[in-house]
Amino acid sequence: MGMTLFDKIWEDHIVDQNDDGSVLLYIDRHLVHEVTSPQAFEGLYLKNRKLWRPDTVIATTDHNIPTTGIENGIADPISREQVEALDRNCKNFGLIQFPIGDIRQGIIHVIAPEQGVVLPGMTVVCGDSHTSTHGAFGAIAMGIGTSEVEHVMATQCLIQKKPKVMRIKIDGELDPAVTGKDIALYVIGQIGTAGGTGYAIEFAGTTISALSMEGRMTLCNMAIEAGARCGIICVDQKTIDYLKDRPFAPVDEQWDTAIKVWKELCSDEDSKFDKELFFEAKLIEPQVTWGTSPEMVLPVTGSIPSLKDAKDATQREGWARALEYMELKENTAMTDIKVDKVFIGACTNARIEDFRAAAQIIRGKKISPHIKLALAVPGSGLVKEQAEREGLDKIFLDAGFEWRHPGCSMCLAMNDDRLLPGERCAATSNRNFENRQGLGGRTHLVSPTTAAATAITGHFSDIRDWS
Amino acid sequence: MDPFKTVDGLVVPMDRSNVDTDAIIPKQFLKSTKRTGYGPYLFDSLRYKDVVEYGADCSKRPKIDNFVLNEERYTGAEILLARENFGCGSSREHAQWALKDYGIVCLIAPSFADIFYNNCFKNGMLPVTLAAEEIDILFSEVQGTIGYRLLVNLELQTITTSSDRIFSFEIDQFSKYCLLNGLDDIDLTLKKSPKIIEYENMRRLRAPWLFS
Ligand code: SF4
Repeated sequence: MGMTLFDKIWEDHIVDQNDDGSVLLYIDRHLVHEVTSPQAFEGLYLKNRKLWRPDTVIATTDHNIPTTGIENGIADPISREQVEALDRNCKNFGLIQFPIGDIRQGIIHVIAPEQGVVLPGMTVVCGDSHTSTHGAFGAIAMGIGTSEVEHVMATQCLIQKKPKVMRIKIDGELDPAVTGKDIALYVIGQIGTAGGTGYAIEFAGTTISALSMEGRMTLCNMAIEAGARCGIICVDQKTIDYLKDRPFAPVDEQWDTAIKVWKELCSDEDSKFDKELFFEAKLIEPQVTWGTSPEMVLPVTGSIPSLKDAKDATQREGWARALEYMELKENTAMTDIKVDKVFIGACTNARIEDFRAAAQIIRGKKISPHIKLALAVPGSGLVKEQAEREGLDKIFLDAGFEWRHPGCSMCLAMNDDRLLPGERCAATSNRNFENRQGLGGRTHLVSPTTAAATAITGHFSDIRDWS
Repeated sequence: MDPFKTVDGLVVPMDRSNVDTDAIIPKQFLKSTKRTGYGPYLFDSLRYKDVVEYGADCSKRPKIDNFVLNEERYTGAEILLARENFGCGSSREHAQWALKDYGIVCLIAPSFADIFYNNCFKNGMLPVTLAAEEIDILFSEVQGTIGYRLLVNLELQTITTSSDRIFSFEIDQFSKYCLLNGLDDIDLTLKKSPKIIEYENMRRLRAPWLFS
């Protein structure tokens, strides 16, 4: 019987098999940021342990950094200490780092693919749940906690139990207005935020093959919101074309050898999955979340459900609580909901393609007077530079957006970019949990184009209605 | 790490599903570079009316009345009873550090988010999954009984109620072994260094571009 893509990579990384079925899994790439690493470095210092392979670590600063006035440094002393701790640790251990001031600095999940540090067939970890993003390259990419960060630093390995593998196959042509983000939200709406628990999810089908690498990254990014251990997509010519000539990609003969190996990185025809689900692209519309969990999602043309339609008491209570927090009523049409702020950014949607798509929508228009703040936050210094070369920054600025310095920004509001209590936001990030974007803030997850259209009209809008 | 063998502890019920890591420990506390001191901020935005940073004194903060952790009867709880998909969201281990620092050593739920589940073991905490119906029984018992305790025995993989009802649970043997013995798994893995080196040598030949 054939093997799934996930199984191939997994088998290829087993250093040792334990009696209970868990394995010692070798890790090829370790991505590091300032928030989840200090305690791991501290652990190494305390026990006088070495870092097993410093060359596999790539570090940057993203969660804490201000997106304005970066020249003046970080005002918040606790954030500054965390950022400085990373600088110190990288220096002490001789790690590759893209610090503040480096054009390559940005959100770790944006800069890693951009630099070609994530390659097909790799195992990739990061102390961050959205590490799942990198599965788009045909890699096993998993978020881990700080203890595991320390474990990988010290041993280059992780002790892991193999998850089950689920394939989600989506076939057919998408409406041109429907993006990778909408697919992700749609799938989560269908299977729920615990639907993928215990699984690695392979996304497959003609719809996925037709997606750009950016779209695939967005989809895998949100696999974690479906509860999955990771998302993964088979390698094809697009994957290879994307990686060619990236700074950390192999060159010359090594490139030639590598692509021969990479081209084999797909699930075999006759491979067996622990679970298979099928969806049709034509049923997927632009999506908007209405509640405080990504599974509380609707097509933009939809209306908030009635509590009586909940499947059980727990869901009904969850919905009621979400409605109260979001200050929304049952049966309200999504397009009747006004927003106060718009955020285009985060590791889900802060790549060049996202800004191009959003710019198309707002070009020559102004944001609604109702909108208090519209933020465009590129995912990396290089995305920012590229966008500026294409004149996209002007389009955003002319429309009334603010054009910021790269970082996680209002995705989790660890810096000054945040919602005030009660404010409602159309956000391209990946989590709409209570207080996520600021205490009392209300988040609706959308694609970059829906966010852009919403900024112009002031309420959720169906971009398919736009000329 | 301290070994985990048994706990006979007071139970606090958290009766909502999909409790995320942002709820367990909000982001402002992630700025600290320490591993300790997060207990007072556990479930901070559900527990207090105001917002503070790491290091703030919590003794005089205005509390949200109807939140379970603020109820007298649950003071000193060591076991957290929860609903499905507990710990979803981010990989932040600050969630475990906060729970542990608060005094929680065992969590019982119908399901946990994967990363959260793993992180518990690394901090000497036991996450137990039971069937939804069993969880329902425990919820009604704990809510109806002041001072409700459970006896959790990791060796036997059982949870015993005060009325001597016994629930068994599954756990993978390696995690169990590490917990029971309080083992640091980095030390265990480092004992396998020769195997890691052997693997690297083999892999370097097959995928030289990964070893530049
Ligand atoms: S952008 Fe948001 S989700 Fe992505 S790494 Fe940063 S904080 Fe996490």
